[in-house]
Amino acid sequence: MNRAIDFLLGSTMRWLLLALAVVFPLVTDNEYHIYVMALAFIWAIAVYGMNIITGYCGQLNLAHGGFFAIGAYVVAILTVDHGWPFWPAFAAAGLFGAVFGFVVGIVSLRLKEHYFAIFTLCVGYIIYLMIDKWEALTHGSLGIINIAPPEGFGLVDFTQTIPFYYLVLAFLALAIWLTRRISESLLGRTFRAIRISDDLAQSLGINLMRNKVLAFVISTVYAAAAGGLYAGVVRFIGPEEANFIHTFDMIAYLLVGGIGTLMGPLLGTLVITWLTQAVQSLEEYRMIVFGPMLVLLVIFFPRGIVGSFLTWRGRRMARQAPRKTRESRVDTTDSNSADATEARNNA
Amino acid sequence: MDLFLQQVLNGLTLGSIYGLVALGLTLVYGILHVPNFAHGALYMVGAYVCYFTMSDLGLNYWVAIAAAAVVVAALSVICERLVFHPLRHAPPIHDKIAAIGILLFLEAVVQMYWGADFRRIASPYNQILDIGGLTLPAQRLLIIVGAFSLMGALHLYLKKTMTGATIVAMAQNREGAFLVGIDANRVAMMTFAIAGALAAVAAGLFAPINLVYPAMGHLVLLKAFVIIILGGMGSIPGAIIGGLIIGFSEALGGFYLSSTYKDVIAFVLLVVILSIKPTGLFTKGVR
Repeated sequence: MNRAIDFLLGSTMRWLLLALAVVFPLVTDNEYHIYVMALAFIWAIAVYGMNIITGYCGQLNLAHGGFFAIGAYVVAILTVDHGWPFWPAFAAAGLFGAVFGFVVGIVSLRLKEHYFAIFTLCVGYIIYLMIDKWEALTHGSLGIINIAPPEGFGLVDFTQTIPFYYLVLAFLALAIWLTRRISESLLGRTFRAIRISDDLAQSLGINLMRNKVLAFVISTVYAAAAGGLYAGVVRFIGPEEANFIHTFDMIAYLLVGGIGTLMGPLLGTLVITWLTQAVQSLEEYRMIVFGPMLVLLVIFFPRGIVGSFLTWRGRRMARQAPRKTRESRVDTTDSNSADATEARNNA
Repeated sequence: MDLFLQQVLNGLTLGSIYGLVALGLTLVYGILHVPNFAHGALYMVGAYVCYFTMSDLGLNYWVAIAAAAVVVAALSVICERLVFHPLRHAPPIHDKIAAIGILLFLEAVVQMYWGADFRRIASPYNQILDIGGLTLPAQRLLIIVGAFSLMGALHLYLKKTMTGATIVAMAQNREGAFLVGIDANRVAMMTFAIAGALAAVAAGLFAPINLVYPAMGHLVLLKAFVIIILGGMGSIPGAIIGGLIIGFSEALGGFYLSSTYKDVIAFVLLVVILSIKPTGLFTKGVR
């Protein structure tokens, strides 16, 4: 049993998931499913960004959908109105996400908890209004069509669904790998210290402002990059991309999967995307299900699927610990048990 | 000059509506320290109840507003019981997400039953008053008088009655309130009921000069948040003064600067003020 649990949490499992994702287009011949999967991966990248600022660092950022839309619009405006190729425009989207995130972060992160959430909610709305009203730049409510797809340099054609799927998968793998590196580094531990308590972190000598802004900028780069990819695959965007609903969707993905966990954002995004697909009529009224689901989750399972699993495993290990120590010492340097201790602390 | 005074009147109208919504929000914040994102949905439900009591049941405008107040107050109390009460010891991020959940749910339900169409409540008071060269639609006058008398009534209730005093006591000091035997559940339910009723009345008063649709609560809610941040979260006079500041700046800014961007003005004001003074204009000490 313990081995099965360790396997689920180990790196073999992650490679297995990656392998499954790689063979997915080969086993299904339904191109629509591949397209849905690619879109879900794009959202998952954005949710990973949200996980860093909200999950690890504990600051509820409600402007995340706005940064996603900014990434999409930078790519759209540069490729359509200025004739840039996709890749430089994509890099510019990431850069713009970082710069804009830095500016917003410096102002908004002076505020704490509720003030920060409300402030970012307003920032998200300003972004939406600007996109909707600034017609000279954004084409207003008409949206932008014919956005350039990513160039394949003669090797692949990214307007096809399957090559694009692999492109998005590569970016997702990169996003997860980066998140893992961050969460296991001193930086990730710093973020978690800030989440547990500002005062505690400060008394440990952590520079609150610098680390919070850093977490914020990382998250906005994730969001802007996801937005840029989205513009590249959908190739038509409008002001609705900046609607609140997308931020709330991302919160739902994050909560279902497990806030502050490594695989939670991916799991949550996939589960909800496929559930929504399974009940097509749900698309428009999905909030009738999502709304109460969010409430029930925060009341009964605030740590989501992955988090609840980690908590359960942590309890199990704690029960077994006295027996184990007699046989052999528990290996505490293992990163998984560090996660479990963390899960226990938060439970 | 007349144009200026006209805009001041418009600002007063907007400000009193925003003030009413912000009052409910600030009362709830004072008691539970929850920024109730569902408040905008309560406002929207209030407008719909008002609309359907008038159009389907054919009742009088005032009866409709009263009905909306009662229904929304009940709804608000249900939210408190089912959602915020179980979460009272949870980390702050959970309350906020749960409140967002309620907001999304109520909006989706309204949209499913009544569609996303824009509707308009016919005001029974269509007269246009002419006071010294100023034209003043009766409905606007009604809004101003109605909102301010409601604020006055709320003030009297909080200051002069025992139940009102318990709400103030709990907002001032939770532990102290428990020590003198105040029932936290009763106070929380009371506060949510008042907040819901205020939102419904504000919606009922404002609907005749505005439109009724599922997303109508978004902007009002955001502006109410801007107001209570400006006025200090939990402060009642702050909510009223903040409401007037936003109302005036929106009316004057929309007229003299740009009507396209008039909705952005409130948020730009918030960004500017918080950049200079992160604690808000009237807050003392804590942020």
